[in-house]
Formats: sequence, structure tokens, C-alpha cells
Amino acid sequence: MIAAALTFAIACFSLGLVLTLWRLIKGPRHSDRILALDTMVINAIALLILLGIWLGTSIFFEVSLLFALVGFVSTVSYCRFLLRGDIIE
Amino acid sequence: MPFWAEITVTGFLVISGVFGLVGSYGLLRLPDPMTRIHAPTKATTLGVGGVLIASMVYGFGATGELSTRELLITLFLFLTSPISALFIAKVHLHLRQKRESLPEPEPDTGWASYTAQGPSRGVRDIPPQPPSERVLPDRSR
Amino acid sequence: MRARLFPHPLLSLVLAVVWLLLVSSLSPNSILFAVLLGVFVPMFTQPYWPGMTRPTRLSAVPGYVLIVLYDIVIANIQVALIVLFKPSSKLQPAWVSVPLEIRTPEAITILAGTITLTPGTVSCDLAEDGHAILVHCLHAPDPDSVREDIKNRYERRLKEIFE
Repeated sequence: MIAAALTFAIACFSLGLVLTLWRLIKGPRHSDRILALDTMVINAIALLILLGIWLGTSIFFEVSLLFALVGFVSTVSYCRFLLRGDIIE
Repeated sequence: MPFWAEITVTGFLVISGVFGLVGSYGLLRLPDPMTRIHAPTKATTLGVGGVLIASMVYGFGATGELSTRELLITLFLFLTSPISALFIAKVHLHLRQKRESLPEPEPDTGWASYTAQGPSRGVRDIPPQPPSERVLPDRSR
Repeated sequence: MRARLFPHPLLSLVLAVVWLLLVSSLSPNSILFAVLLGVFVPMFTQPYWPGMTRPTRLSAVPGYVLIVLYDIVIANIQVALIVLFKPSSKLQPAWVSVPLEIRTPEAITILAGTITLTPGTVSCDLAEDGHAILVHCLHAPDPDSVREDIKNRYERRLKEIFE
């Protein structure tokens, strides 16, 4: 039962990743692209956790925690670059 | 693994899969940039939260030990997703939104992105110089 | 003595709990390290937090957290239904300006975060003097009710906690 649900969830998040990729390519504005990247990071975190359940290891928690950190910092720095024209002043 | 844990894990996985997919679908479907911000900040947060809870219950059912690191990731996402959303909204306000189309806060003031002076505005007034003309700070003293 | 050892009791507690969650064990050495973190990090970072306001009524915090969690679940279902079933032509997005009564920066930050996480609203900007917050609604046929909701449901409780 869990295996079926796991497959379903992985399929959902993978499809979500494709949809966000579509938005990333389509744009049409900077804010849409940043938003698409942010959502991609969140989908990728979910996929990593699901992979951890699938393989039965706990090594992916560190990976997903780091992914969450890097994703947040990159979203904020991209926005800051657009707002101020510079990241570190 | 006990039966209740299996039921809980299955339920959380299905619910979170649906919400995660709806969040990404909303990002693609909604018509204008400001409405698009809504879909991922909400639906996806619950989607990932559900996956993390499922992983926690699964770990507890499989090994009998409660792993709490998943809670930390959930907490981190709940703290950071409003900040990312605020930054993206601010980028949109700065680059695209006309000031006249927004409601005024109170007489004699404006929204910080448009009228404030100094750091609270968050937007640089002077365009950055090209690197070749930039004067390096004098470090000799 | 107590004020020097624990300049921010809440920060100490949060650091210790987060460390214990991160190592996910309750062995003596992880508890010892959690206590060390809780004591030394606030002590060394104290000069960087001048004039920090402290919540005055901690007893109201769990109630607020529970209400926000409940609202996050409801918000998710509402937004999912709107995304799935409402055609774009019937969507009525709206900008709402919410006047604020709370003045402490910490309380306003928490309010802005709560607004973003809960039903169909995203906080976008703050007024120049910090007396109003700009909120975007995904679907709001009646913007006044959104304003009333934010003021009654969240701001009143935050005011109890902080002021």
C-alpha cells in the first residue's frame, strides 16, 4: 500500500517539476521565473525526501536541508539583484 | 510495520502529492504575476509538510525511533516561504506595478517601495556604475 | 547574574531545542552541547540585538500557533479549489491596504508572515511609516471582510502577545 502511495506522490511531484519548468521557460517576466525556480526547489526537496523513504536511508535529510538553505538564499539574492542591481554592497 | 502507521503514511503521501501538484499547476495556470505568487507559497508548503510528516511516521514505524530532523525542515520552509514571497512581490512592484493602481495607505504617506528614503525602501535609487568606472575604496589608510 | 548568563532566555531555549531536533537524540553529550549553545551564542551576539522587544505574554503563543496552523490547512484547501475549479475570468484579485495598530517590528514581521501563509492573501509591502500593510488577495469579492478578518483574527492576538 505504501509503495503505491509512494509511486503516486513521486509521480505528482515529478509532474509538478515539469509544470514549473514550463513556467520557467515561458516567463514572461523576471518575477515569474524567480517564482518558478523557488517552486522547483520546493518540489525537488519533496522528491529527495520521497527518495529517502523509497531507498530506506536517512542520508537525504541533510541533502534536503542544504537544498532548502541554498534555494532560499538563491531566491533572495536573485530578487536583491533585481531590486538593487547588486548583491553584496 | 503497524497497520495504523501504514494508513497514516499512505494518507499523508497521497494528500501531499495532490497539493504539491495543484501548487505547481496553479503556477502554470493562473493569469497574472501577482495571483501566481499565491499558488506555490501555499499549496506547496502543505505538500512538502505532508511528505515530511509521512517520512517521520514511516521512520518511526520501520525502526521504532522517532527522527525529528524532518520537523526542522518543515519549520525552515514555513519560516522562509513568506520571505521569498515578499521578495518576489517586491520585485514585481518595483519592475512592473504602477503606483497609481494600488490603494493608498493613509494620507501623506506612501508604500515603502515607492516613496521611502534610505534603506527601508530596499531599492537602489542610483543605477549601479559599470565595473570599469567603479572607484575602489581606498584601503591604504 | 541571571540577566548576564541568559540575556535572551527565549533565544537560548530555541537554540537548544533546534540543536536537539537536528541531532535527533537525547544522549548526554548532545544535551550538554545544546546547553552550551544556548548559553554562549546569546551571550556573544548580545551586542548585535540592541533594543529588542520581548513578548510579554508567552501564554498566548500556543493558541496563536494552533490557529495559524489550522488556517494554513484551510488556506491550502481553499486555494487548491480556486486553482482547480475557478475559471480565470471569474477570479477577482484585489489589493487591500490594512491599517496597523501594532508598532513593534517583530510583531509586524510575524503578522506579515502569517498573512502570506493563510487564506488567499500575500503581504507585499509596508507603508513608509510602518502604519499600514499592503496585501494582495487571490480571490476577494469583498475586500473589507479580508481587512476585518486580518485585524480581528491575527492582529488582536499579536497585540496581546507583544504589547
